[in-house]
Parts: sequence; C-alpha cells; structure tokens
Amino acid sequence: MSKKEVLSFPHLGDYYIPIKFLLSHISDYEVKEAPPITKKTIELGTKYSPDFVCVPFKYNLGNFIETLDNGASILFQAGGGCRYGYYPEVQEKILKDLGYDFKMMTIGESGIINFKSLKNVVKKLGHCGMTKALYYTFLSVLMVRFMDKVDVYIRKNIGFEVKKNSFLELKKEMLQEFSKCKGYFSLFKTYRKYMKLFKKLKVDKPKNCLRVGIIGELYTSMEPYASYFLEMELANMNIEVTRFTNVTYLLYQKKLQEKKMLRKIKNYCKYTLGADGMDNVYRSKYLIDKGFDGIIHIKPFGCTPEIGAIPIIRKVCSEAGMPIIFFSFDSQTSETGIKTRLEAFYDMLKIRKGD
Amino acid sequence: MNEITVGIPATLLYYKYKELWLNFFGKLGIKVVLSPETDKEILDSGIKHSLDEACLAMKIYMGHVAYLKDKCDYILVPRLESVKKCEKLCTNFAALYDLTRATSDVKIIHYNVDVDKNKSEEEAFIKLGKSLGFSRVESKSAYLLAKQNERILKKAKLDTQLNKIKNSKKIKILLAGHPYNLYDKFIGGQIVEVLEKCEADIFYSDIYDDVHVPRDMPKISKANYWTYNREMIASIAYYEPQVDGIILVTSFPCGPDSLSNEMILRNVHIPITNLIMDEENSTTGLETRIESFIDIIEERKKINE
Repeated sequence: MSKKEVLSFPHLGDYYIPIKFLLSHISDYEVKEAPPITKKTIELGTKYSPDFVCVPFKYNLGNFIETLDNGASILFQAGGGCRYGYYPEVQEKILKDLGYDFKMMTIGESGIINFKSLKNVVKKLGHCGMTKALYYTFLSVLMVRFMDKVDVYIRKNIGFEVKKNSFLELKKEMLQEFSKCKGYFSLFKTYRKYMKLFKKLKVDKPKNCLRVGIIGELYTSMEPYASYFLEMELANMNIEVTRFTNVTYLLYQKKLQEKKMLRKIKNYCKYTLGADGMDNVYRSKYLIDKGFDGIIHIKPFGCTPEIGAIPIIRKVCSEAGMPIIFFSFDSQTSETGIKTRLEAFYDMLKIRKGD
Repeated sequence: MNEITVGIPATLLYYKYKELWLNFFGKLGIKVVLSPETDKEILDSGIKHSLDEACLAMKIYMGHVAYLKDKCDYILVPRLESVKKCEKLCTNFAALYDLTRATSDVKIIHYNVDVDKNKSEEEAFIKLGKSLGFSRVESKSAYLLAKQNERILKKAKLDTQLNKIKNSKKIKILLAGHPYNLYDKFIGGQIVEVLEKCEADIFYSDIYDDVHVPRDMPKISKANYWTYNREMIASIAYYEPQVDGIILVTSFPCGPDSLSNEMILRNVHIPITNLIMDEENSTTGLETRIESFIDIIEERKKINE
C-alpha cells in the first residue's frame, strides 16, 4: 500500500494540540502540524507575501512553506473573520505559483461557517461518520475550554512563581497528556488533576500587585511568537495579566455576549465595528471599571478593524484617565523597541501606583 | 417651517451613492451642502483627526467631515456592514459611524444597512427619512424614485463608456480601484492628469453592471467576499480583453485590497501596474512610473502590429 498523505495546518499558540487531536481522529490522512515558528518561518512568509498584508498572513504562509518542504500534501486553513476568510485562496495561488503541488482545504467558503460547510469538510477529510465527527469536535472544543481555563490561572500567577519555570513545565506535561486522551472521562480527569497540581504550585503574590489587561487582535493575542512573547515579558516584570481573546471566546462566547456588550458601551458604540473591534472597546471599559492598572493593546500592522476601534478605545481611556499603550507588530518590528516601550510603561504604572 | 441642511462629505461612499443620496434629499426638499474636492488643507486636517495607520481614503474622509463641521446642521454618515447577502464590506464602513462620532464633535444623521441581519437599504432610508421628520410614505417614495434615477444614470454612464471603448483609437487604459480612490482629486486625480498628458483614453472600473459579477469574477478569484472588491475584480475581468493596460489604484494600507490585488496581479495577462498612494506621494515619481508603463504598452502594440 502506498504511504498515507500528510495533512498539515498552520500554528496558533498551543492550539495545535486540539486541532491535531480532532483532525487525526476524523480524517484518513496522517496529521502533522507545521514545524514550530522560528525567525526563518517569518522570513520565508514575508518574502512571498503581498507588501502590506497583515502579519498573520505572513506567519501562516511561512508555516505552509516549511510544512510543504517537510512532505505535507494537504493543507488545512480555517478562515472566517475579517481578512482571514480570504487567506486560503490567495495563499493557495501564491504557493501553486511557487511550484508546490498540494490540496487546500478550508472550513466554509467565503468566510461563512455553518453546519453545512462543516459537513462538507468532514466528507472531504475521509470516511468518518457525522456522529463520530461531532463527538470528536465536542471533545476538542472541550479540550480548548480546559486549556483556556488553565491558561487564565497561569496568566494570573506565573509572574509570581517561586520556582522558576514551574508553571510552564507543568503546562507542557498537561498538554502532552491531553493529546493522548481517549474520551470524555479521561479528558475531564486529566483536567481536574492538573488544575489541582497548578493550584498547589507555590506562588508569592503580593496583595496589591500590578494588574494589566491585554486586548487587541486575535492572532497576535494567541500566538506568543507574533507578539514577541509579550506575556512572558510581563510575567518577568511581576505583573498579573488578564487576556480575553482565546479560542473559547471566539467559538461561542462572542456570539452570546454581543448584545450585552453593546448595551454596556452604548455611549461609545451603537453598532459592532467588525471583527473584534467593539469587543475591545467593551473590554477597555470593563478593565477600567474593575480597577486595573493599565491596558496593553496589540495588533498586527494595518489591521483594519482594530484601526477603526483604536480612536474609540483612546476616547474611553482618556475620559477615565486609564493608561494604555498600543503595539503594532510587523515582520520587521524590533524587539528592543518593544522592550524599551514596555519598560517605560511599567515604570509609569509603578509610579502611579505609588510604590 | 424649519429648514435644515444636511452636509455630505464628498468622498468615500459619496462616489458610490452620489445619485441616490442627492436624489433622496432632493425629493424630500432638504438642502444639501457638499464639501469641496480634496485639497491640501482638507488632507492635513484629516491626518490630524485620524490614526496614522488608517488608510488614506479614511484620512481624507475625516478631513471632509471636519470641513463641514460648522457649515450644516447634520452630517450624513452611513454605516454599512453588508449590502448583499453572504457578502461583506471593509470593516471601516461598519465602524464609520461610531468612529466619526468618537473623533469629531459633530451632529450626525446616519442610516444602517446590514443585509445579512435583514436590515435592508430601503428600511434604512425610510428610517432616515423618519428621523428627519417625514412620514413613511414620503420617505419610501423618495427612496424608490432616487433608486430609479440612480439606475438610469448608471446605465447611461455604462453605455457612454462602452461606446467610447469601441471607437477609441488611442491607447486604452483601465483605471481600476475603488471609486473613492479613482475620483478623488488627491488620489486618482494625479494619475488622470499624467495619463491625459500621455494622450491615453481612460476608462473606469466602477462603471460596470454589477449584475454580471458571478459571470466575470471567477476568471480572477472565486472566493472573494467583499462586495466592492468583487465588483472591481469582475469589472477588470470584463474589460481585460478590451483595453491595452490596467492601472490598479490602491490607497495605503487598504485591508481588502492587499489580498485581492495579489490575485488580480497574478491572474491578469495584459500589462498591469499597481500604484499605491499615500499622503506623501511625489508627483515626479508617479509621472515616471506611468510614463514608462505607457511606453511598454506602445512597444507591445508595435510588435503586435
């Protein structure tokens, strides 16, 4: 028998684990995630991308090129959202023009995802029945939810860990165990076990530590490489971090909360602003009301929905006297520049707090 | 009787809905004030009022809004999320209303079109008419008449362009892009000037019957879902066999265009060049690029003869 074809997909933080879990259970192909993102990935991506396309496109394209070089023959891209939905066709064209031979698979043409389009994807992937596919989709959504829940706890405490790297090591262990889970019960048990272990990890957290919220575009929020490990940097400064965007939020919480959010910020937004624009206005209001010390807004350069939202966020923050800093990431952003600005922001927050 | 004047910033969506807006307000008997063509002053105040990363067309729009500030009672700022089923627009148009409200201190009347959520243009205009104190019947008839007028004018424009293309003996250049880029004095105006000096016949991509989008678009892109980009792509595919060259006009850094331009550049097989315009364009650079582009076309023509 001939060798199985290899199905591959681009990276998004740690989410390659549930995606791989799902795809390897419902498809007939061998599933392999793209090689981890390095400097070379982004260089490759930038070289073949249009000039002023947003950075996630470049990362994804770099991922694809590297994984194709490693022998993948089917690529999987999610789509949906603002510009994301149009990524697959353009990337397919660029890669085909480069001479690669492969098949591109997407959820939902034209950026619209519904049950029918999901059914089509499952059909294309192999001989898996719809019930089984739904069961594994449910399991991976659950896995994502557990991961996000753990992540929230980590973000709050990692800046104050007593033993260095204890959180990250435990998280790595947990993710490995997640990927080996067989069914609902083993998944749930693993989650419970590790949540307990995380709570047992020693932290030395002062009562009035600095608290900062991260808002902004989804890819730079979720892919640590794209934001130059901003969250790690904050943890090193002993700051408690809250971040809103994760896959759980995008999958279903966003839809459920939309009306509530619009009601709460009706003085600033009457309508949604496209993608996560309005959500971020709401979040900055929320962070102000909860008494956070500062807000960090991150986005790739040229992200249209966020550009539409930033002036409104600025207005919200300036009216409440809330410190906010904006980062715009591109493939050529200098890491030192970010660090310097972040340190200045940190000093300012500290002085405000009156240490 | 209370006389109110409505200010319309003559840029961005104005070039798309000019006839509709002017006819609608005309039928209702409301006085309309238009902002003048973009000049340096408007551009500068626009830059001051917007984020440095915003696209050039949006910066110009903010300048026009600032110009109209004291010259009318209300400014018309529409909010468009989707104008066709299962299609989208650039998110700038969805944010336009809230953004204008946040950045400049002006009185706004607006209408909201979101066909995907069953908010049609007709309902939106009726609401707009009502907010100005007219009855439902008055608003609806004004909208329908304006819509009819728009259709007639569009048809006439298309016929003129098709006639011109048939009888043209000069070099035929298709100026492709969003209407607010093509017709703006600062963006497209500069290009048109140079092209006229080169004695080329200019055709515009927005003069096109959008009924044929499903027929023409797949030649270049199948999956594009931004309504205005779909029309642009289809129009390019339609005019491609009829013209000698295409100039693609983009304002920096347009989101949808960044991707759809790539598809256009890779799938068009006649001479094509992409001019990306920002607020610090040099006229000389532009002239050189366009002149050499025309030279290429002339050489090609000679070889083919």
